[in-house]
Amino acid sequence: MATDTQLDLWEVFIQPKSGNRYAHAGSIHASDKKMAIQNARDIYTRRGEGTSIWVVPSNCIIASDPNDEDMLFEPSNDKVYRHPTFYEMPEGAKNI
Amino acid sequence: MEEHDNKFQSRIDAGEFVEPKDSMPDAYRNHLIRQMSQHAHSEVIGMQPEGNWISRAPSLRAKQILLAKIQDEGGHGLYLYSAAETLGISRSEMIDQLQKGKAKYSNIFNYPALTWADIGAIGWLVDGAAIVNQISLQRTSYGPYSRAMLRICKEESFHQRQGYEIMAKMMKGTKEQQEMAQDAMNRWWWPALMMFGPHDSDSPHSSDAFRWKIKREGNDELRQKFIDKTVQQSEVIGLTIPDKELKWNEQKNIYDHGEINWDEFNQVIRGNGPCNKQRMEHHIKYHEEGAWVREAAEAFKNKKAKKENLINA
Amino acid sequence: MNKQKAIFNYALRLGDNSLVLGHRLAELCSKGPILEEDLALTNMALDHIGRAQAFLGYAAQVEGKNKTADDLAYKRAERSFYNNLIMELPDKDFAATIARQLLVSSFEYFLYTELMKSKDETIAAISAKAVKEVRYHLAHSSDWTCRLGEGTAVSHEKMQNALNDLWMFTGELFEMNDADAILIKEGIAIDLNSIKQQWLEHVNGVILEATLTLPSSDFMQTGSRKGIHTEYLGHILSEMQYLQRAYPTAQW
Repeated sequence: MATDTQLDLWEVFIQPKSGNRYAHAGSIHASDKKMAIQNARDIYTRRGEGTSIWVVPSNCIIASDPNDEDMLFEPSNDKVYRHPTFYEMPEGAKNI
Repeated sequence: MEEHDNKFQSRIDAGEFVEPKDSMPDAYRNHLIRQMSQHAHSEVIGMQPEGNWISRAPSLRAKQILLAKIQDEGGHGLYLYSAAETLGISRSEMIDQLQKGKAKYSNIFNYPALTWADIGAIGWLVDGAAIVNQISLQRTSYGPYSRAMLRICKEESFHQRQGYEIMAKMMKGTKEQQEMAQDAMNRWWWPALMMFGPHDSDSPHSSDAFRWKIKREGNDELRQKFIDKTVQQSEVIGLTIPDKELKWNEQKNIYDHGEINWDEFNQVIRGNGPCNKQRMEHHIKYHEEGAWVREAAEAFKNKKAKKENLINA
Repeated sequence: MNKQKAIFNYALRLGDNSLVLGHRLAELCSKGPILEEDLALTNMALDHIGRAQAFLGYAAQVEGKNKTADDLAYKRAERSFYNNLIMELPDKDFAATIARQLLVSSFEYFLYTELMKSKDETIAAISAKAVKEVRYHLAHSSDWTCRLGEGTAVSHEKMQNALNDLWMFTGELFEMNDADAILIKEGIAIDLNSIKQQWLEHVNGVILEATLTLPSSDFMQTGSRKGIHTEYLGHILSEMQYLQRAYPTAQW
């Protein structure tokens, strides 16, 4: 007998309403694109959670290496000039 | 190795969440796989006792509610399998472990759902006990597990209510209905208390689970929470809790209660509950009957991929 | 038969079809070939039971005897049920489930699309909701028909057998009686002959795509318009109605 298959793993992203960003909802198993969309619909939108779905084969997602966290993200911590609160505005100036 | 474990522990102590690709001690990974797969299996096996009443639900409303609830259990099993898969174990492996008896599921589902009142008791007491535990797990240290629990708790909030509503309706009904409800209460109360597991002093894996913040509250503490909130709910609808030693303790501000029959608990764990064999046979039967369908889906995918390759070549 | 009786009869038929198919789909809970499909089948069951509630509720209202949808579902005997026989057949395997869903969903798709234009506002409204559900059921069953038809030799054979077994129950979907005649005149019901060709073309299209063969037998079973069923319906009802019958005075 062939070894058991539980089909492929997919990641599901749901847009809660039109205009919103898509957020990761969870995973499902499916053997093809159509099944992936249908399964995502049947599992993650049972309570009106979404208006649109993305599905991506899990093995297509590339994740950053946790060991690179320092290298990737810390250098931006001291670039405070990227935030509007960094700047001193003369008192009384409006709409800026 | 020790240095690595210390670093991990200090992350946990600082209240950080652990994510799938983070390095983690093998023991932490294995503990999670065991706990999460057991949790997932419990949801899936839990579909059976309630499923036993779908075709006999006494109204169209009750039928829809029950179906939606059981569907949720399946969904929750699915969320938990997915969360466990991030630790490097496949769903096939987990199912295989379950069917070979290497992985367990909650003891409670080895009890039979005999009457319609059992559907009320399961929702109210079993889901009620489960949610106490699950709320606590929302803060568990493994990110995917925590996120799955958040979603599950949000969805489960109606489960306990539907069970309680069934019991309340029956207690307002005919004498036969009232007896049916009390009988279900009598049969499900103690097994529900057993769901929290052995006393913390006898619990084999609990110290690691606390150190790693997988578990945040002890079995006895959670069990007490459940008892304290359930007593009042049971009084409101006129049901009697089948424990002669149950008594309000003024000093401690909790209910004192009788001792659980741990012999029964251990017997059911060993496979001697009323339904252990039945539940596993059902699971294996439909898993095996579905094999040709899964193989067909897989074969169809491969054929389509081949065709696409030919076209692209 | 007057118009009111005709609407009652017609709404019962639509309601019973949904109820009995919903019952069969609900029985599959915890028996799906994969957990995801288990939830999909439950969703379809819920759509059908919800629709049964709407149609039977309307039938009860039209009948005017102070009954509810539940009274009609739980207190009628088998000879007063008007669902098509195909709805009550047991699910021998997943291929049978998918084949029935394909044949029935295609029929329902064309039926409810037309009934959205019904001059009876309630029927039109329930139909408008049903079309959305059915479009999904149809996509789901068409896709699975292709997977099973093209998948493996085993699945191909099972799918073809399932279609062959069910084929003789499809003629009945298009049968009409006095109620139809009256309601067609009123613009409430549709002439089922008018959707038969579309149905056949659609089903045939999916079957061909799935590398399967349209069953050729033209012998068709009949009976449900007169309340004559297979033996299976009695068992469905004895289970479904058990509590209501055992405790007739109880409220649940």
